[in-house]
Amino acid sequence: MLNQKQAVLLESPAKSNEPAPPPPVKIHEPDTKTVGRVTVDKPIMTTREVDVYYGDKQAINNVSIDISYNEVLSMIGPSGCGKSTFLRCLNRMNDTIESAHVTGKIELEGHDIYDKKTDVVTLRARVGMVFQKPNPFPKSVYENAAYGPRIHGLARNQSELDEIVENSLHRAGLWDEVKDRLSQPGTGLSGGQQQRLCIARCIAVNPDVILMDEPCSALDPIATAKIEELIDELRRNYSIVIVTHSMQQAARVSQRTAYFHLGDLIEVGETSTIFTNPQVKLTEDYLTGRFG
Amino acid sequence: MMKTAAKIQASLKKRYAAERRFRSYGLVSVAIGLAALLLLFISIIANGYTAFQQTYLKLDVQFDEAIIDPKGTRDPQTLARADYGKLIKKTMRERFPDVKNRRDKRKLYKLVSPGAVFSIQGMVRKDPRLIGTTQTVWVPADDDVDMLIKGYINRDDPESARRLKDKEIAWIDAFAATGSMEKRFNKTFFTAGDSREPELAGIWGAVVGSFYTLLVTLVLSFPVGVAAAVYLQEFAPRNRWTDLIEVNINNLAAVPSIVFGLLGLSVFLNFMALPRSAPLVGGLVLSLMTLPTVIIASRASLQSVPPSIREGALGMGASQMQMVAHHVLPLAMPGMLTGTIIGMSRALGESAPLLMIGMVAFIVNAPEGPLDPSTVLPVQIYLWADTPERAFVERTSAATLVLLGFLVVMNGAAVWLRTRFEQRW
Ligand SMILES: Nc1ncnc2c1ncn2[C@@H]1O[C@H](COP(=O)(O)OP(=O)(O)OP(=O)(O)O)[C@@H](O)[C@H]1O
Ligand SMILES: [Mg+2]
Repeated sequence: MLNQKQAVLLESPAKSNEPAPPPPVKIHEPDTKTVGRVTVDKPIMTTREVDVYYGDKQAINNVSIDISYNEVLSMIGPSGCGKSTFLRCLNRMNDTIESAHVTGKIELEGHDIYDKKTDVVTLRARVGMVFQKPNPFPKSVYENAAYGPRIHGLARNQSELDEIVENSLHRAGLWDEVKDRLSQPGTGLSGGQQQRLCIARCIAVNPDVILMDEPCSALDPIATAKIEELIDELRRNYSIVIVTHSMQQAARVSQRTAYFHLGDLIEVGETSTIFTNPQVKLTEDYLTGRFG
Repeated sequence: MMKTAAKIQASLKKRYAAERRFRSYGLVSVAIGLAALLLLFISIIANGYTAFQQTYLKLDVQFDEAIIDPKGTRDPQTLARADYGKLIKKTMRERFPDVKNRRDKRKLYKLVSPGAVFSIQGMVRKDPRLIGTTQTVWVPADDDVDMLIKGYINRDDPESARRLKDKEIAWIDAFAATGSMEKRFNKTFFTAGDSREPELAGIWGAVVGSFYTLLVTLVLSFPVGVAAAVYLQEFAPRNRWTDLIEVNINNLAAVPSIVFGLLGLSVFLNFMALPRSAPLVGGLVLSLMTLPTVIIASRASLQSVPPSIREGALGMGASQMQMVAHHVLPLAMPGMLTGTIIGMSRALGESAPLLMIGMVAFIVNAPEGPLDPSTVLPVQIYLWADTPERAFVERTSAATLVLLGFLVVMNGAAVWLRTRFEQRW
């Protein structure tokens, strides 16, 4: 199922359930007030003492957290606490906001992603993103799924491209619904289908990490259930970081949960522990719906 | 509860009245605008439609060998230089044998347009076997004849106040009585260049001049304008310099067009010594004028592409350039084209800056390239509007109609583009 050429181009080991190679540089233990264990044994991404400013205003304050292979990490917290801001640091989408300024260290398999030598194009091919509002390109379904492989030169010929497109649509659970309308515009699909098309578009370049910013907030419960199922499925091959406002969703899909509050990372832990036995009063108040 | 409801009831009446008043203001303004437009169109059409027809006279011309080619060589040079006017004069004399007086004769010859000579010359050069035969030829009548037929010369006026005297009117009536006079579709108007004789004047030269001028304008202003807009909107950092540039572009769009003409005169003609009266220079000047419009429209169109599309592309690992080229530009293109067409239609109607660079010349032949001296439609209209002949009045209006036709087509294309490709995301 895995396409080897894609993996080779993006200089990342083919994803599987085998243990990943240890990062070349051992990253230092974080200096943090966060409650719970922010590190993991085999991180694919590590962030250390990350601060984000919009102009003079600080939106993220000293956040350190690791992301493991083959896990879903959910980020929850009240509106405006900086979840999206932090998520967008992980593939440098904040670069597009002129006032945004990031300090600290963020590494992907031991390579500093904010290093001058890091190419943002390669980074974003390895750390894909799915947005809150489904945003398929106003092109055909096929072109949507083929766009990433095309710009990164992942397919040597048409049949390889066809294969990648079919593969990623399959994995996004969309193939059966769109196989007869590949040439129709992606914007003509239903909201849920559009979001799955965006996921297919993202996994067509076979990234290491997928970032999702409230991917279901514009969808109805049935479409949401499908996407959640898909996320669980994708965990076998990818690391996923998902921002969500639905605590049930976080509980259903994620293995670890991080709770943000006013730019601080308050608490991190196994999802089951966080939801049943939060250590911090703020977390508990939020989870029990006392504010948020 | 009841009190609030009652209060709302009372205020409702006032609100509805205000709404009705506002609507009627709007309706009245629209009606005034439409009436003005209608008046303009009616007056132009009423003045101009007659120019699409022209009076022709039927002559039985004897292609006398003694006049055309006395030596019988059929040498093309001889045929080209022969005095075909003599043939026409002879035909007219034979038709009206009573006219003996020299002055009357000259008046008689003048009923036929000087252009008739060229049509007869053309016939002979095309087919020299006509020499020696007698042919029925339809030739354009003089513009005075045409005006009489179209009713612009009043027969009831005293003879001294008329351009055509009683005698001439009698000859014309004699033509009409024998069915040797006809109003035909005025092909000349669409195929000829300018002429001192109204019946021989046409807009083709001006149309071709306008075409070359607009071609130069389009070739320059569209790519440059789009490139500038893309750079400013997508790549340039926002700082004091780009703000300054933006303000200046907006200012340029408001500069009176004559100023661009003065600039063209001093830079393109005096400094760069480009040919005077040429569509190339006209196009350069109009490009300067159109560029700000194209840039502003293109930037607005780029700005309206939703950020979600840009984020989607960037999030896939597309570079800035790929994002613009693959996603933003195609979506913004209809808006850019619309802006360009509107800019071009403004350029098509522009005359003032072209007067400054000498595109106001009397040009008989249609230009064969952007370096030939030429004029453009609005300037042609301006030139004809300045001539005293009554026949040019109708031609002025007819040329205006043609110009308006082009403008309607161009603006229609812009509207079509806008609705056809509206918001596909
Ligand atoms: N482009 C920006 N410019 C300036 N400030 C911003 C910008 N984007 C976000 N912020 C500010 O940063 C803080 C964090 O915003 P962020 O969007 O990350 O919150 P969030 O947790 O994702 O909220 P929500 O759950 O509503 O999406 C907020 O106070 C917000 O006002
Ligand atoms: Mg958010």
